[in-house]
Amino acid sequence: MQDNTLRSATISVLVENEAGVLARVIGLFSGRGYNIDSLTVAPVERDGSKSRITVVTQGTEMVIEQIKAQLDRLVPVYKVLDLTEGPHLSRELALIKVLGTGEKRAEALRLADAFRARVIDATTESFTFELTGATDKLDAFLDLMRPLGLAEVSRTGVAAIARGAKTIG
Amino acid sequence: MDGTIPATEQMNSGAEAVLRALKAQGVDVIFGYPGGAVLPIYDAIFQQNEIRHILVRHEQAAVHAAEGYARSTGKVGCVLVTSGPGATNAVTGLVDALMDSIPLVCLTGQVPTHLIGNDAFQEADTTGITRQATKHNYLVKKSADLVGVVHEAFHVARTGRPGPVVIDLPKDILINPAPYHEPTAKVHRSYRPRTEPDTAKIKEAVALLKRARQPVVYAGGGIVNAGPEASRLLTEFVRLTGMPCTNTLMGLGTFPASDPQFLGMLGMHGTFEANLTMHGADVMLNIGARFDDRVTGRLNAFSPGSKKIHIDIDPANINKSVAVDLAIVADACNALKALIEAWKADPTPQDKEALAQWWAQIEIWRAKQSLRYTQPRDPGSVIKPQYAIEQLYKATRGRETYVTTEVGQHQMWAAQYFKFEKPNRWMTSGGLGTMGYGLPAAMGVQVAHPDALVIDIAGEASILMNIQEMSTLAQYRLPVKVFILNNHYMGMVRQWQELLHGSRYSNSYSEALPDFVKLAESFHGVGLRAETADDLDRVIHEMLATDKPVIADICVDEKENVFPMIPSGAAHNQMLLGPEHEAAGQPTVTSAGKALV
Repeated sequence: MQDNTLRSATISVLVENEAGVLARVIGLFSGRGYNIDSLTVAPVERDGSKSRITVVTQGTEMVIEQIKAQLDRLVPVYKVLDLTEGPHLSRELALIKVLGTGEKRAEALRLADAFRARVIDATTESFTFELTGATDKLDAFLDLMRPLGLAEVSRTGVAAIARGAKTIG
Repeated sequence: MDGTIPATEQMNSGAEAVLRALKAQGVDVIFGYPGGAVLPIYDAIFQQNEIRHILVRHEQAAVHAAEGYARSTGKVGCVLVTSGPGATNAVTGLVDALMDSIPLVCLTGQVPTHLIGNDAFQEADTTGITRQATKHNYLVKKSADLVGVVHEAFHVARTGRPGPVVIDLPKDILINPAPYHEPTAKVHRSYRPRTEPDTAKIKEAVALLKRARQPVVYAGGGIVNAGPEASRLLTEFVRLTGMPCTNTLMGLGTFPASDPQFLGMLGMHGTFEANLTMHGADVMLNIGARFDDRVTGRLNAFSPGSKKIHIDIDPANINKSVAVDLAIVADACNALKALIEAWKADPTPQDKEALAQWWAQIEIWRAKQSLRYTQPRDPGSVIKPQYAIEQLYKATRGRETYVTTEVGQHQMWAAQYFKFEKPNRWMTSGGLGTMGYGLPAAMGVQVAHPDALVIDIAGEASILMNIQEMSTLAQYRLPVKVFILNNHYMGMVRQWQELLHGSRYSNSYSEALPDFVKLAESFHGVGLRAETADDLDRVIHEMLATDKPVIADICVDEKENVFPMIPSGAAHNQMLLGPEHEAAGQPTVTSAGKALV
């Protein structure tokens, strides 16, 4: 009998940076009914020839294996690496706008300091923070900001890389 | 594109460069339909004689024709359609080829690059629409890329798990001069299909198979795609090991149907012996098949006691629906070669006694004669569809025969009663189940094999989906034989309505049918009709003796169903047998099964 427990997987996909490659990856997920919890993409080679897509998804072990195999068979895909199989680092960046005055405004700034969020823009009634960290750290900070006047969030999604000397190749 | 720059030569137009690249890729025929955006290619076709163009009557048919051509020859089929509606009409054929792993290159016209995105006349986002309908697709935006893309497209279509590839060609790219270069060894940097098996795993597979007491070989369409040598090796391996062998719908012909080790087709309408052998096996060797839902039935009851070995060229087919014990990613031909060598090298003796007992059990199942039916012999008797196929098969034995089908009951009867000894002789829409596939596919087969006998076994409903191709048959003098099992119903729909929906035959009656005899005549062919069993042999004989397109309208029993049948949601050992058997305790369809397709 197969294991039906769900797990989260952070998958890095190294792709040829050609037209439509992101649509291929996204279409694969939507067409086959897989979840996308987070997706980031940017060129990673100096000449811009390759891009790295990091996708966070969920599924049973069998489904995650299937997702990796399906990604790997796309023609412009060089390499598929399931970072969750080993120790890895994952980070997100968020830009967070908080509106308020008085004590709430001061409290927001104190908490931002505790989370090492940087103030990158400020007016007399607003702060914009920049915060980097693991997804749960960002989530925790946003939960704290909500009663303090959280007005707008822009998050990058997860970028991830394996620990140690191992590379995606 | 790869880094090395091959010697180039400037061509007067992109269209000429495309044609030269097609020739270099071995294309001798294109199935297509012209339109504004591809006029430059049509002009280039007009000015040469090496590549033949077959003008179809609908773009979907061009793709199916190329599929028939590809599947019957092992070559890449080539399609040419215009932008917009030309491309969208081709989509069904492309998905059909994708599902059945048929190598195709489809050239689609596109509006000029400066008009893309402007909702220009006959513009459609072809690469967007066909992205999930193809193995890969391209939009050529620079003349310098054109020829490299064409060469690469053929490579992608034919290697690894084959499939359809679309190249979208804006009109200005076809008009402007373009550099030509010959195909290079290097292709897309990130595309590298695995074809050689892992030898350690092959040895492991042999070890499992040598110790098997109740083995079964389950071979599919991947064997066809691996070339005729793979079928020869499969036959050699099965005979060497003494194991029973079953074929999927797509795999028919890869193992000789006349061989005593052949169990017939397996799955939803497979034989009793094939399905029970799968169910009772202790070791299963799947080569080139993908555990399709039409094969497995209820997954948690599929061959519950077997160790499963799966050899497939596509890693994504491994552990997709059925978890296997040993997975080998390889081309079927290479894998079979390695299996035979490893089998001979492994000194472990087989348990011949257990195998003999297994065969004794299989013979008991076989003795059930699950495909038995009774053809009434009184004068004027109605024709049983099974009998029609059997008589057709008998009449064609000894001739070089290729069979295509449409989709439905007739397709299953053809798979059950027409016997194939060689691969590439059976063309059917397995994965997508496309009604309207058979006639254009037969057209493509006949173009590739002008002297062979090509028969489209059809139903009266399916045939109407691409009937316009009768005109193409007439134009190119392609003597395809259309053998319609006419039961006045979309038979498979009617069968499911009978079994699952209280015999409420909603919209499954074929109302207002044309007179197929007159229809054939109006398309410059020959029309024949058999209304009773006494007429059948005469009509078949006349059809086979006619060197023109023929429609044979075979009026068959309207109420006949396809048996055996594993109802949706049931297991292999829960087969419905036909009225001949009246077995006690037949399973009924559950509500869970009713929700399945």
